[in-house]
Amino acid sequence: MESIAIRRKLTDRAMTGLFLFAAILVVAPLFLIFADLLWKGAKELRWSLLTDLPHPVGETGGGIANGILGTLTISGLAMAVGIPVAVMTGIYLAEYGRGWFASIVRFCVDTLAGVPSIIMGIFGYVLVVLPMKRFSAWAAAAALAMIFIPIVVRTTEEMLKTVPHSVREAALALGIERWKATLFITVRTAWSGIVTGILLAMARILGETAPLLFTALGNQFWQSRLDGPIAAIPLQVFTYAISPYEDWHDKAWAGAVVLILMVLSISMAARFFTREKKWKP
Amino acid sequence: MAIPTGNLKDRLFERATALFAGIVLALALLLFALLVRESLPALKKFGFSFITGTTWDPVAETFGALPFIYGTLVTSTIALLIAVPLSVGAAVFINDFAPPWLKGPVSFLAELLAAIPSVIYGLWGIFVLVPLLRDHFMKPVTRVFGWIPLFKGPVYGPSMLAAGVLLAIMVVPFILSVSREVMATVPQRQKEAVLSLGGTRWEMIRIVIGQHCIPGIFGATILGLGRAIGETMAVTMLIGNRPDILLSIFQPGYSMAAVIANEFTEATGDLYLSSLIAVGLVLFLITFAVNLAARWILTRLVAHASRGI
Amino acid sequence: METVNSPILKITELSAWFGANQVLRNIAMNIERNTVTSIMGPSGCGKSTFIRCLNRMHDLTPGFRLSGGIVYDGTDIYSDPIDPVALRRKVGMVFQQPNPFPRMSIFENVAVGLRLNGKNMPKSELAGRVEQSLRMAALWNEAKDHLSRPGTSLSGGQQQRLCIARALAVEPGILLMDEPCSALDPVSTGKIEELIEELGERLTIIVVTHNMQQAARISDFVAFFLMGDLVELDRSAKIFTNPSDKRTEEYITGRFG
Repeated sequence: MESIAIRRKLTDRAMTGLFLFAAILVVAPLFLIFADLLWKGAKELRWSLLTDLPHPVGETGGGIANGILGTLTISGLAMAVGIPVAVMTGIYLAEYGRGWFASIVRFCVDTLAGVPSIIMGIFGYVLVVLPMKRFSAWAAAAALAMIFIPIVVRTTEEMLKTVPHSVREAALALGIERWKATLFITVRTAWSGIVTGILLAMARILGETAPLLFTALGNQFWQSRLDGPIAAIPLQVFTYAISPYEDWHDKAWAGAVVLILMVLSISMAARFFTREKKWKP
Repeated sequence: MAIPTGNLKDRLFERATALFAGIVLALALLLFALLVRESLPALKKFGFSFITGTTWDPVAETFGALPFIYGTLVTSTIALLIAVPLSVGAAVFINDFAPPWLKGPVSFLAELLAAIPSVIYGLWGIFVLVPLLRDHFMKPVTRVFGWIPLFKGPVYGPSMLAAGVLLAIMVVPFILSVSREVMATVPQRQKEAVLSLGGTRWEMIRIVIGQHCIPGIFGATILGLGRAIGETMAVTMLIGNRPDILLSIFQPGYSMAAVIANEFTEATGDLYLSSLIAVGLVLFLITFAVNLAARWILTRLVAHASRGI
Repeated sequence: METVNSPILKITELSAWFGANQVLRNIAMNIERNTVTSIMGPSGCGKSTFIRCLNRMHDLTPGFRLSGGIVYDGTDIYSDPIDPVALRRKVGMVFQQPNPFPRMSIFENVAVGLRLNGKNMPKSELAGRVEQSLRMAALWNEAKDHLSRPGTSLSGGQQQRLCIARALAVEPGILLMDEPCSALDPVSTGKIEELIEELGERLTIIVVTHNMQQAARISDFVAFFLMGDLVELDRSAKIFTNPSDKRTEEYITGRFG
């Protein structure tokens, strides 16, 4: 009897230790990655990184200013198209969507959300690059919008569904037209959650690389037109990382630091928005 | 008393939202239609042998996608073999063992892990993970177990193993969060019942998780598989990009997403491009089926849980 | 032209169904102007369903059907050209659970009905209307210094008075109240009851309640519902002292419900 009890206790201890170990292993890469980013990125981190164009191989200095502008341009375009489409679709699914049409739309949204991002690159290529016969910011934006839209549709629908039914009833009972009640009361109530969804989706597309490879293509110089190849930070990080040159590797790390700062600051902003605003008297 | 009539605006607004929903529907159909249309030349030429063919030779214009399908499956399998036990273990720790003050930070860190762009994972993989694995794992293992085909040398570094390990790190946050949700559906009273019978905490977890969470964890695993199959940059940067079917996981391979990423802009000739898009179509169909299966398992589970386990 | 003395609401032969389930049977009653009428009865007797027919809140409920007539100020509210949205401005409603709009201040909660009903008015006039509504709902003194606080920061009873102010702001002719005190403590309940008596002098109020004492305290008329039937409608004093129907007597003497 005694020995069985001891064995059970020991097994319990051992398993507890294993679970703890698993948890440590799960978060350890995060610390390793951040440490390496700071360590290896520090070498090339200076002001000119944010203000200068890339320099050719062998020349020191140079920056990723065109990539920063390009990333913001492409993501901005994608969001300008994506936000209205996604939010309105989310409103449709949450407020009106019943029956077969809504089910099919929901199915499509779920499907799109699971499509690998490289395939969205093919979409941008076939839809925009082939007919225009040139790589462009437009093609990249089309690919990113396809990633952006399903994420935002889902969060918008979910957030609207958290608004209690009593809120909609109260609005209708005041004699407010339904469309106004939906936009100015229901959507407004869920607004911070919807904005969080938009920000998280934005953070996601800022860091996407694969869909840009054959849509934006990348560019060594400034690009003032939307219908020509354009630079983007993730593309620059990729190109520098797989190049055979030492100094370009350093630039890849520095670019990665800039990229991760952009992505994380937006994720943080998203967290800030979700935080329930509690009234303190 | 005159009460004004008409809620034309209401109907217009509903139509407008439905119109946008229709746009999303159309985009999904358009994506599928374009993939099929552009793949047709390659699929017509090669037929079923496009999937079973092992030769990918752009010069001879012979395209068989099997090496990429193989590489994708091997790397995803390695990723899941590592990620599932780790995520499930970590999920149990966070849900049942961690002190309350630790739960928030740990899940926050896992969320951060999910937010890192994949090109940064790839960068870290090339310069940190690959040398680490090569010098401290792959080389010692081939020295001792090199006679096993799975661990055969020579060791270069970039390999299916390296890609698989990096993929594991990347899919952990997803499997972790779904597993935690699944485990949270087990009623507290069930756990307490085991404890009150004199069971240890491990026994409680074994019984409760074993009885109620296996399908959910399976669903989470399939979901992780869907992500691993489609991941592009990290794999492209680590897998070695060699279109051959090799048994040893220490050898380079190639994945479906990686071949599209690498060769798309270089594809000269319509058949070459069409073949790459056909690889995309195959990738699309596989992830579609995998995600559908995961959603099916998880929603069935939710329905089951709401009926009371 | 209806005269001032004619009933504000005439209900004839009102029956209602949820799917195949009949919940109201041939209800007929008149509601007089500027009176308080309590709808009383045990749970499931159809009293909530009944008052929700009066502002067409069931319109969006799938499977709901109704027959008979509800005539408000000479117009059948279910006849074709009637816009339910406009109707609901004339027939306001207060719910069982206080439900101020989350993420809106006290001021916005009261003002939002006026703003969204397309009444463009200068800010000063809007502020005046908000103050007037809050005063009518006896919340002004407590809320006037915190108008920019969220409506949800108020206590339960205050939230319910905020909802009353919100309903009053659009100046309805009738105010429907669906068990407005059932989620409140006794002190808050007392305040709301006082408020109902006061408002009843300028406004037609219909209150659903399952609390007989409350019905006796606040109403001019009481209607007793049982299993979807209107058993009896009479002056409050008459119902509680000398009911005509045996079932009413059984209910008020506590034999069922």
